[in-house]
Amino acid sequence: MKLHNIAINNLRRRKAKVCFLVIGLLVGVAAVVALLTTTQSMAEDMAHKMDEFGANILITPRSEGLALNYGGLDLGGLSFDQKEISQEDLLTIKTIENAANIRLVSPKVFGVFETQGHKVLAVGVDFTSELALKKWWKINGTAPKLDSEILIGHDASERLKAGLGSKLDIKDYEFTVSGILESTGSQDDSLVFMSLPGSQEIFDKKGKISMVEIAALCKNCPISEIVRQLSDKIPTGKVTAVQQVVEGRMDALHSFQRLSLGISGLVLFVGAMVVFVTMMGSVNERTREIGIFSAIGFRSSHIMKIILLEAFLVSFSAGLLGYLVGIGVTYGILNALSEHSPHLTLDYTMAVGSVFLAILIGLLASFYPARAAAAMDPSEALRTL
Amino acid sequence: MNYIEALNVKKEFGEGDAKVVAVSSIDLSIRQGEFISIMGESGSGKSTLLSMLGGLLSPTRGFVKIEDIDIYSLKRNKLADFRREFMGFIFQSFQLVPYLNVIENVQLPLAVTHHSEKEKKRLALSALERIGLKDKALRLPNQISGGEQERVAIARAVVNEPPILFADEPTGNLDSRNSEEVMKLLMKLNSEGQTIVMVTHSRTNAEYAHRIIEVADGKLKYSEAPIKLAV
Repeated sequence: MKLHNIAINNLRRRKAKVCFLVIGLLVGVAAVVALLTTTQSMAEDMAHKMDEFGANILITPRSEGLALNYGGLDLGGLSFDQKEISQEDLLTIKTIENAANIRLVSPKVFGVFETQGHKVLAVGVDFTSELALKKWWKINGTAPKLDSEILIGHDASERLKAGLGSKLDIKDYEFTVSGILESTGSQDDSLVFMSLPGSQEIFDKKGKISMVEIAALCKNCPISEIVRQLSDKIPTGKVTAVQQVVEGRMDALHSFQRLSLGISGLVLFVGAMVVFVTMMGSVNERTREIGIFSAIGFRSSHIMKIILLEAFLVSFSAGLLGYLVGIGVTYGILNALSEHSPHLTLDYTMAVGSVFLAILIGLLASFYPARAAAAMDPSEALRTL
Repeated sequence: MNYIEALNVKKEFGEGDAKVVAVSSIDLSIRQGEFISIMGESGSGKSTLLSMLGGLLSPTRGFVKIEDIDIYSLKRNKLADFRREFMGFIFQSFQLVPYLNVIENVQLPLAVTHHSEKEKKRLALSALERIGLKDKALRLPNQISGGEQERVAIARAVVNEPPILFADEPTGNLDSRNSEEVMKLLMKLNSEGQTIVMVTHSRTNAEYAHRIIEVADGKLKYSEAPIKLAV
């Protein structure tokens, strides 16, 4: 017979109350696990989607030329006829320390040409990376596959009266319109897109790049650090983070995390109050028993140990079950919200954290009731006999 | 030599107009091995006196000495240790812990001692054997009769062989046959050397003791040897 036998036997006897206590704390832990896991999962998903949604780093030539607005983004000092970025330098992008965070690199060459009395800005792009970068593009026809094919924006097609399959002369070269962009509401509507090698050829910019758009997956990566690493590698370029995009993404994630942390804290507080009230009630109910323990020679610390051990066992169970229930709830939520079957793995850190959190709350909430029990005067308890 | 001594003990409850004097300036000496009965009507202060003698209730004034130790000068934990080593308690209405079986209830005072589990079990079984309930060791309190529960309470009080046994109305919930058995058990324990202080309002049971003390209105009315000793 040891103190833990008393605690365990008491818990066994009071199954209904123990269940109530476990459920009270379990709901709190499960809610926290579900909120955190769902938030984490959604944040990752959101970050991934946001990272996919356009570029967040720009590399422009180091020059003090005219500012050019592109796609609503300020490209900084860009001058067509001045310094350009060396295409060879782009190979070093994949050698930076955070290379794993670089999802897409989309180099561009700009050139102005005149046709049918209109000045038009042509952009040479690598269509594979450009299409991956601009997933919102909708093309009537197909994206160019040959250097002699071009893709033109919605406004440009109207201005130049160029339909699908029509021919367009650019700097004495003939191009076929293979696709027309549906209106995007951006500057893309006024542009003519052609292949990167083709544009370099006709604008006499072989081996040169006017600008590079980079999409970095940066939910947890320091974007400024990536910018610094790129700056070191590309001395001819000026690397800038598109702050409004980056900060917007981080703000959205942080707001979401703050909200879930706030709700988690509230739910845990309610769970702690359930434990406190139940343990206090339990101590009051057991006045006579505690009085007997005290009378037969249990020290205050012995009585505290019994109460806290009970709280520990209940909290441990609540933490473990709460984690499993929380994961189950998350799975259900993600299943309902996502088109694809969610992929959830058991996170041992979170499992240990849940159990630890439940135990901490259980013990903190039970500390006062345990102290009250330990401080009980045996004669007071015996008066109730 | 006096084994237990109460010197001018007084106990008051409440304050101001609500103040109640439960025990008023009692002096009492009990010798080692003595069996005394404290009698009195309800509210006379006999249970309060027993609580003060047993280290459960500190007096408002006066001292209680056991083996010449002023027990209320001891710190809370030391007093708990003292109770565990020197005293056994038999409470009214048995007061067994309902979720522990008979042997676990008997072992309760040993739960915080340094005895090995094997030794605890041996002591508990020995105590149960003395009261004749060894065969019911694994029953829960609600699975045995009232008389048996009282005997289990006695086994719990004596399992660590304390030199003093305090009993508060040990036969209060028993019929005459069970009462007699319990009293004989107490007599037996006393004959083995245990000092027993028992509160009762039954004259018949009180006469099992060497000495009867009557308390009325918180004061010692008289102390006498019973006319006949029931053995």
